[in-house]
Amino acid sequence: MAELRISGLRAGVAGKEILRGVDLVVRSGEVHAVMGPNGSGKSTLTHVIMGRPGYEVLGGSVTLDGTDLLGLEPWQRAAAGLFSAMQYPTEVPGVALADVLEEALVAVGRGGGDVRGRMRAEAERIGFDERFLDRPLNVDLSGGEKKRNETLQLAVLQPRIAILDEVDSGLDIDALRLVARRVEAETEERDLGVLAITHYRRLLGELRPDVVHVLSRGRVVARGGPELADQLEATGYAGYAEADGEQR
Amino acid sequence: MARLDGPPWLQRRREAAFERYTTTPLPTVEEEVWRYSRIPELDLDDYAPLVEAGADGATSPGPPPAHLAALVERLGRCSALVVVRNGRVLGVEVEPEAAELGLEVGRLADLDPEGSALGSVAGEAANAFGLLHDAFAADPVLVRVPAGVVVPAPVAVLHHTDVAGSATFPHLVVQAGEDSEVVVYDHAGSDEVDALVLPVVELHAGAAARLRYVHAQLLGPRVWQLGRQVSRVERDATFATAMVALGGDYARLEVESVLAGKGSSGEMLAVYFGERSQMHDFRSLQDHLAPRTTSNLLFKGAVQGRSRSVYTGLIHIGKEAAGVDAFQTNRNIKLSDGAWAESVPNLEIENNDVRCSHASAVGPVDEDQRYYLESRGVPPASAERLIVLGFFEEVLERLPTPGAVPALRGEIAAKLARRELEGAPARA
Repeated sequence: MAELRISGLRAGVAGKEILRGVDLVVRSGEVHAVMGPNGSGKSTLTHVIMGRPGYEVLGGSVTLDGTDLLGLEPWQRAAAGLFSAMQYPTEVPGVALADVLEEALVAVGRGGGDVRGRMRAEAERIGFDERFLDRPLNVDLSGGEKKRNETLQLAVLQPRIAILDEVDSGLDIDALRLVARRVEAETEERDLGVLAITHYRRLLGELRPDVVHVLSRGRVVARGGPELADQLEATGYAGYAEADGEQR
Repeated sequence: MARLDGPPWLQRRREAAFERYTTTPLPTVEEEVWRYSRIPELDLDDYAPLVEAGADGATSPGPPPAHLAALVERLGRCSALVVVRNGRVLGVEVEPEAAELGLEVGRLADLDPEGSALGSVAGEAANAFGLLHDAFAADPVLVRVPAGVVVPAPVAVLHHTDVAGSATFPHLVVQAGEDSEVVVYDHAGSDEVDALVLPVVELHAGAAARLRYVHAQLLGPRVWQLGRQVSRVERDATFATAMVALGGDYARLEVESVLAGKGSSGEMLAVYFGERSQMHDFRSLQDHLAPRTTSNLLFKGAVQGRSRSVYTGLIHIGKEAAGVDAFQTNRNIKLSDGAWAESVPNLEIENNDVRCSHASAVGPVDEDQRYYLESRGVPPASAERLIVLGFFEEVLERLPTPGAVPALRGEIAAKLARRELEGAPARA
């Protein structure tokens, strides 16, 4: 049983406070959705939890099973069982995906397995063309292919908690279904805990959330079951204050 | 005084060069093309040319050093193999199929009785080091491909230096005849000795020829190299040179490519990676003399430890050269605070009907790339190693001798591993 606990988290970029006290707990097997208008701080939340350089923590804490994540390097957070599927995966010329996954697995003492075989099996499961496995990481992949690539990495690395940052953007409806089902299967078979950050409801049609959090101006302003997402679909975010701009 | 052997024309050429050398001052860093160089540190009295018979070890026949045998194994099939030890040809093998096609490989003095090939591309020596080279080049090598012949496998020329305190002057001339095709792999290696190597390579791509050349520089950590590589590309010919510079203490190479014939093209690639106090120094010239010529240069370097690198490059577009495409890109990764890389691109354009671009950059490992790999769980040192190897891959995957690539990649990885042992610097 894993537990990601975010308490009173305040963070910013370049002296500007974006997260103004976020509280959120994700446990194994649960799916949490964080929804909110542009500029509400959704992406900042992902980056701060994972430790992206350039973000400043101003207060609060993030722990995974009691371990203070904010004091760890990004790779150590990953080694602790955290994975973040990025909204805009970075192109890394000349670097093969298999080498990256092997290094990551070796770092946590899970090296030596048939990484390539697992990559191929996962690729087939989410309709990711095998040809892409030998391409340099994310180079010349379309937006949707990059998202599938993130999902494949999640499945091979087998984290305990995964943050999906707008994993739905760029995916057509069929790909969205495959990706969402793949993540859902992880929650059922391996008890993966998921924090899915999304602007739109469509991901949540496939990946059923247990809890929906609405983020606005850096705070969780509403919390509810899946029906909250349906309600947002109908009313939009008009009822929630728009923020004054967000980085990234 | 002992003298180098060779035919009378070669003796006369050496004497004339030596006479001019005695009155020619060594270059200084005041000259633009020697700016940033380590030439003030050079004391020529520390080295002596190997003129005594037997002093170079080449007179005693025998198998080449063991690591060369391993290198030959990795290269796979070669149409010809030349081993040059301390500047003298130790052995030449030409496979029967290539010999039948008319490929000639061997001592220039044997294959070219009048010596017309020597200097045919490089011209007159441009400075004191060039004159010194001409005065002491013991045993130039010639590779000659007849018109229309496609040489089936690479021609390998393997240079090895193992005499401490020696100054050697390897010379290679490649003549690719009209509409011919050949790949030449030129390897420079050494034992762990103090030595000075002044190589000159002349590459001639005849009309419509396809000439590809690779220079793998894996000299020992105490060797100085002051090299020059000159190519001349005739009408509709395709030329490509790729340099991988990993060894040496101070290793300098001047690379000049003259696009002399209409419609000719030249590609210039390089990878260089310095560690400890090494310095790699490249000076390039893309010289467009004819219309509708194309040149594309991509040099990628990295520096770690206290190492240094210099890249300066000039694209020259002559008055007659209309409709030219010329590109020049130099990228450098700086892996430690104590390392230093200089990048200076230049353009000199005398004809306005051209498409030209140059780009240069010096910086640390890309922060976004590193974060991406780290967020997957890859530790920082491993992430940087993967990114640097990937950075070089763009050049390595284009080498025309794929058999040589895994060992070069391995050498780069070994350098990166030594960096991890020394302790990578804390992130900024």
